[in-house]
Amino acid sequence: MHAVLVMIAQRLALGGLTLFVVSVVIFGATELLPGDLASTLLGQAATPETVAALRRQLGLEDPAPVRYWNWLTGVLQGDFGTSLATRRPIADMLSARLGNTIFLALYAAAIAVPLSLCLGILAALWRNSIFDRVANAGALSAISFPEFFIAYILIFLLAQSGAFPSMVRLSPAMSFGDKLYVTFLPALTLTLVVTAHMMRMTRAAIINLMASPYIEMARLKGLSPLRIVLRHALPNALAPIINVIAINLAYLITGVVVVEVVFVYPGLGQLMVDSVSKRDIAVVQAIALIFASAYVLLNLTADVLSTLTNPRLMRRK
Amino acid sequence: MGLLIFLVLAIAASIPLAWGARAAMTRVLPHEMARTARDMPLTAAFGLTVIVVYVLVAIFAPLLAPFPERAVVGSQFQPWDGTHWLGTDRLGRDMLSRLIYGARNTVGIAFATTALAFLVGTALGILAALRGGWLDQVLSRFVDALMAIPSLIFALLLLTIFGTSVLTLILVIAAVDATRVYRIARSVAEGIVVMDYIEAARLRGEGTAYLVRREILPNALAPLVAEFGLRFCFVFLTISSLSFLGLGIQPPLADWGSMVRDNATLITFGDMTPLLPAGAIALLTVAVNFVVDWQLYRASGLKEARI
Repeated sequence: MHAVLVMIAQRLALGGLTLFVVSVVIFGATELLPGDLASTLLGQAATPETVAALRRQLGLEDPAPVRYWNWLTGVLQGDFGTSLATRRPIADMLSARLGNTIFLALYAAAIAVPLSLCLGILAALWRNSIFDRVANAGALSAISFPEFFIAYILIFLLAQSGAFPSMVRLSPAMSFGDKLYVTFLPALTLTLVVTAHMMRMTRAAIINLMASPYIEMARLKGLSPLRIVLRHALPNALAPIINVIAINLAYLITGVVVVEVVFVYPGLGQLMVDSVSKRDIAVVQAIALIFASAYVLLNLTADVLSTLTNPRLMRRK
Repeated sequence: MGLLIFLVLAIAASIPLAWGARAAMTRVLPHEMARTARDMPLTAAFGLTVIVVYVLVAIFAPLLAPFPERAVVGSQFQPWDGTHWLGTDRLGRDMLSRLIYGARNTVGIAFATTALAFLVGTALGILAALRGGWLDQVLSRFVDALMAIPSLIFALLLLTIFGTSVLTLILVIAAVDATRVYRIARSVAEGIVVMDYIEAARLRGEGTAYLVRREILPNALAPLVAEFGLRFCFVFLTISSLSFLGLGIQPPLADWGSMVRDNATLITFGDMTPLLPAGAIALLTVAVNFVVDWQLYRASGLKEARI
């Protein structure tokens, strides 16, 4: 038990350090600009007075470490500053959208994870069969498709006939079932994007183990193939599978940006794209920090979980 | 339903195409390469054929396209007919011509970006593995920090700061992807620098440039080539996604990602024209993936364990 706690504490400390470095990179990226942010945003035609005014408003007169400290303490208290384009507090703009994006990602994950595990196990079980070949070729193609291609194919097939809406309009009054219905197409798109990869890796992880002596032993005992895969191979394949699931859930974070734009879904990704085209750096920094933190935390969780499933990793010195 | 039939027909047509291409390659190529071609799986033959077609279309775009890239030649959103085979777009430009010029812009820019990312990434990666010490530590920790941020998010952040133009697009994506290339190149080179022949070359008094060029690069080539293919797919998809979001390749340059974005409204009316540029992106990535899959299989010599 003691070793587990030490391991988790170590990983958490490392994760905390990573988050700190990520925040420094996201904040420090603006320092790469020749000149400073104010003169870049206003362009060459700006008078010195307007540049000075914008500088004062952005707080650019302080040295960078002081500004970073102010920004970080603000973020930790839930204050992301004000948007450059709309002058509204960023926290207000984010709060509703963050919930929407998390809802969409969880929805997609809830379909994708069980689906890909089942498909992967079946493909490993019926290796080199028609099912395996079709599933593999399909997965390899789906990985290569841009997200918007899958999204528009789904719109073409399912939304055109009126079966599902191609634009997502959410209102707070909606029931949970209605919400599931209107967000079905974006969730399905994300599912298709991540399922392929997870399925391939599940299959590969199980097939890798199928050559080991203890599986041969189980086969010689006369166990059924299904039992061998589920009881003997799967528990040992868990570590790589958990890792792949985490990587793909993290991938959902970037996939969500494109998919939200296609379906006009009111989430963080759409706000980020809008803010990039308006060059609203404060909003982009805030959203980038949220996405990056989610990414780091997911990887951290995967790391801890996969270590926990493997006693040999736990005792590694 | 029409789309499904179209897909089935396309797959049915690609099998004899791949088979024919493989047979042709086995005939035409010199002995050694012909043998490789004969053992090639159909998927790889298909991939190679598609890549060659794309390259030819990109090179001969001005000869192939019936209309100029940027000229308005009709009214907006014309349907498919004899003069405009694929109709016209939002501004009345010929879709087919823009699709053909798109091969040049989209693929060309993605290729240039990947090449730049590789130049920087492998150079630094091999140097870090060869020198070791503080240079390796500094570079590797720096790359670790950058890789903790999802690449699309980081690219969006950098594009906000530097603005959107083709040059910044290339530099930003190349910088983001160079970190991933660095990782691969460093780990490949690390396995090589501990070899005896590197020690021997060092004792001979060879310089860093010689070691990298004559000893390390030739031995690292196979995994790096496969990585180049995969990296190209990533870069290509990222650039297309950014263009689709309106933040990548800017009009009036013809580009597949922004073509989908501009004409997306047609899809809700049951016209599949805007799916064609997206399909062109997907087809090329699938093709490259097929070839890379085959190359990896050949390089590793791995055979799956038989039950």
